[in-house]
Amino acid sequence: MSLSEKVLTGDVRAAARLMRDIDDNRPSAVTELKQIYARTGNAYIIGITGPPGAGKSTLVDQLTASFRKQGKKVGVVAIDPTSPFTGGAILGDRIRMNRHATDDGVFIRSLATRGALGGLSRSTSDVALVLDALGMDIIIIETVGVGQDEVDIVKAAHTTCVVMVPGMGDDIQAIKAGILEIGDVFVVNKADREGADRTARELAAMLEMRDTPQGDWQPQVFKTEAQRGTGIDELVGEILTHRDHLFSSGLIETFLRERNERHFVDILRDSLYKHAMAFMDRTATLPRVLDGMADSSIDPYSAAEEVIAEMLGYDPQSV
Amino acid sequence: MSERTLRILVGKPGLDGHDRGAKIIARAFRDAGFEVIYTGLHQTPEQIVSAAIQEDVDCVGLSILSGAHNTLLPRVCQLLGEKGADDIKVFGGGVIPEDDIAGLKSAGISEVFTPGTSTEDIVKWIGTNIRPRA
Repeated sequence: MSLSEKVLTGDVRAAARLMRDIDDNRPSAVTELKQIYARTGNAYIIGITGPPGAGKSTLVDQLTASFRKQGKKVGVVAIDPTSPFTGGAILGDRIRMNRHATDDGVFIRSLATRGALGGLSRSTSDVALVLDALGMDIIIIETVGVGQDEVDIVKAAHTTCVVMVPGMGDDIQAIKAGILEIGDVFVVNKADREGADRTARELAAMLEMRDTPQGDWQPQVFKTEAQRGTGIDELVGEILTHRDHLFSSGLIETFLRERNERHFVDILRDSLYKHAMAFMDRTATLPRVLDGMADSSIDPYSAAEEVIAEMLGYDPQSV
Repeated sequence: MSERTLRILVGKPGLDGHDRGAKIIARAFRDAGFEVIYTGLHQTPEQIVSAAIQEDVDCVGLSILSGAHNTLLPRVCQLLGEKGADDIKVFGGGVIPEDDIAGLKSAGISEVFTPGTSTEDIVKWIGTNIRPRA
């Protein structure tokens, strides 16, 4: 039986191995993904993003417990950073989720960013597909701790929760562009700390400044203490309300189209790059281009166009 | 085709509450270019084995200072075997008497590192003995 067939029968080991093959960029992973793709699209994907130390992992642990109580199977993808110097990583998000380790209805996978800059790893969407094929009802994706501009999660998750903590800065922070624009739900975690009400007020004020057309989703701010489980029921309720809104408003169609476009274009770009590198290898193009650039007889712009023209058989200048 | 990145689970089974050693090892593995899944304190063998399988690690390193190594380390190997995952190697470290090492190895533990072992030596042992799966 192939890995993908085993995944579709609920085989945890096979799923874990397929995820590794995806993460390690094995050509076999693509073959397996083709086999499961048609059987995915059933899971609801929730994104949890926010700065390092905001309590994302603890929140994921609480959300997992809550969805398990409702009888849902939960997959978790938790992302931590790769060292730019050694390529190594310490993936420590599981520490907060250990109570679910022996629950057959929960599958937790840690991924390292491996150089990706948008808050996710390159493999995240495909790993989520495997969890979907494995029969998970809910998939929670926890991004690496983000600053202001890592917003890939919004294209991967149906509902994105932005988690903040008190004392992150004054209210000008709240009107900057970036992660504060992408939340469907905002969470002020560690709400027992001083300044929580002020942070919640500033976020709410920022959200009210938006020009939300009638009938569009209006994000709200929720206060939680993930460590104690305070505010979790309300947060889960809001996530489900957002899901209902996506479906009843028909916005789900737009979301899926945009997500699929992103997924396809990412795969196409990766694939074109790989083919171009292999092509240049075969035709010994790279040393020739580098020699030409060294004596200024070739510029890199024309060289790139020539490679594309030779490889694909058409002139990029003509389109 | 790109090389696989080695994945290692570092965990602390049982009841002792000292994870400084485990954290130093985790950090040394990170610096050696491995992906380290650190599961923290007070883990049962069942939790460790489940995490090792879900994370598709190549090996499991267990730090143990409580004296329960003769029970907990073989139990991890046994559970991995029951799940058809005995290709995941297990090594241990901590306060483990020399006299116990032979017994642990015959129970399936690949190597035991006692106090005073340098992190370089452990990383070197991994490099020689643990290969990322094909």
